[in-house]
Amino acid sequence: MTGMQVIFLISAVVILFSGTMMVSTRKLIQAALWLILTLFGVAVIFALLETSFLAIVQVVVYIGAIAILIVFAIMLTHLAVDDTYQNRKWIVTAVIAMIALAGILLAIFTWPQGATLTAPLPGGQQDIRAIGLALLDPEGYLIPFEISSLLLLAALVGSIYIGLERKGETK
Amino acid sequence: MSFIADPVTFIINWLSSVLSGWGIADMWVQFIMFVLGAGILAFGAMIFTIGLIWVERKLGGRVQDRIGPNRVGPWGIFQTIADMLKIFTKELITPTGADSTLFNLAPILAMASVLGLWAVIPLSPTVFGTNIDVGILYLIGVGALGELGIILAGLSSNNKYALVGGFRAVAQLISYEVPFAIALLIPVMFSGSMGLNDIVASQKVAFIFQAPVAALVFFIASIAENGRAPFDLIEADSEIVAGFNIEYSGLKFGMYYVADFLHAFTSAMIFASLFLGGWRGPGAELYPILGFVYLFIKTAAVYLLTVTIRFTVPRLRIDQMMAFNWKYLTPLALATLLVTAIVDKAAPAGQGLIRILLLWAANAALFFVTDRIVTIFRRNREKERKVVSEPRPVPIAVRPLPASESEVNS
Repeated sequence: MTGMQVIFLISAVVILFSGTMMVSTRKLIQAALWLILTLFGVAVIFALLETSFLAIVQVVVYIGAIAILIVFAIMLTHLAVDDTYQNRKWIVTAVIAMIALAGILLAIFTWPQGATLTAPLPGGQQDIRAIGLALLDPEGYLIPFEISSLLLLAALVGSIYIGLERKGETK
Repeated sequence: MSFIADPVTFIINWLSSVLSGWGIADMWVQFIMFVLGAGILAFGAMIFTIGLIWVERKLGGRVQDRIGPNRVGPWGIFQTIADMLKIFTKELITPTGADSTLFNLAPILAMASVLGLWAVIPLSPTVFGTNIDVGILYLIGVGALGELGIILAGLSSNNKYALVGGFRAVAQLISYEVPFAIALLIPVMFSGSMGLNDIVASQKVAFIFQAPVAALVFFIASIAENGRAPFDLIEADSEIVAGFNIEYSGLKFGMYYVADFLHAFTSAMIFASLFLGGWRGPGAELYPILGFVYLFIKTAAVYLLTVTIRFTVPRLRIDQMMAFNWKYLTPLALATLLVTAIVDKAAPAGQGLIRILLLWAANAALFFVTDRIVTIFRRNREKERKVVSEPRPVPIAVRPLPASESEVNS
């Protein structure tokens, strides 16, 4: 067993354990912190695959932005200190999660490349260039990229509209 | 390479050959060297902070027309060591109702995030922690962990003042990350790489001469990221006592204290690496030990400037702080990015003086136009400025001196 495999096994155990703790803990704030640990584990897996760019982006975007916003949202509610919180619709959530998991597993097992070993990447700046070119290539991922940026813009405008103080409203 | 020109590489080579001589496998030798290097770098940085705290307190005292520390040792130079010993002996108190896991985790995160920054900064041409190709993103990502340390401290302390400090921290640190990250893109654009080593190596002309506005935006945003005056709302003593770290005592408070001072120096070091050419200087590539000297001089200049600013300017109000970021700094950073990208393409690298003159003209125009727009916008807004209530007239005792007293005085 090489050092890489040991690190992979450790991070896999950490991901599974913290993921389970995230959905089973009663304190919302602790759930958010377990989520952060899970995302860290995924970043380690990316680093093991030698895609340092994706590993760092995972930390910057998911931990630096999204997880901190989740923690902030929880701070603003009384649920931060309430440790009796329970999701009453957990059966529905569990069914949806199971269907999604089944879909992902099906996709992986029917994917011909799923059974082959990963090829090492050229590394260095080449990875970032390849990702950037693929995102803006009409043959590649241009349409999903543009649609997601439109969606984010719409969300931005919508949140400004909600937050805007209208003149004449006394509240 | 001889010992005098490059001592660190010499020691590393010597130690690895000794370890290999003992029959240790190459993989483990590398592992031991990494652990040793990381340990020495982190430990050295923390020891270095003892000196930093003294410098900052002494300089702060001089700026504010005081003497500063002057009791322990010559010029009070051992004051920090005495403080450190005192803080070691203090009791560690966890307040009732605090979430003890998070409460203990938070200072560790805050300290680790600052020390983590040292991993990617090239200290000299041959001495650096690691040269990852996404160094710039790493700086932002590790900074986010420090924010988490502050938020968790505010949240888990079970204290209202700490919570308010945490709220302010989120508002300030996340907001100022936007111009910070945009300004970071300009060195990336000039050097064509996100690795800090490549950015430093490509600064034949320091980037501050090519992008002065971006350097200014980065400098202001990094002061705000540190949470120092005039952006010290996170721990505004006169408003929220001590902010997020109010409940911490002893060594845990010490960790926040050291993290704060070390972060200020590390930010100066990042600024020096990105915009002032880092270790570059005459003869640095031939004699790597000179790289340390150049980097230290540049960093010290930036650091002393931030310390002087800290002890000179008063604190901003929270709405001023947010307005300054979103209405001034972020638009300026975005405009700088656009204009610099256009000029960079119009006059590519290798055109020497013409390129620098064009960039200067672009930056001057940019700064002037943004300043005019913001000033006009602010004047329009000020007309409808809201006031909670009219300030009441304050009674002032105006009593003429008794005739006899004034006679005695004269």
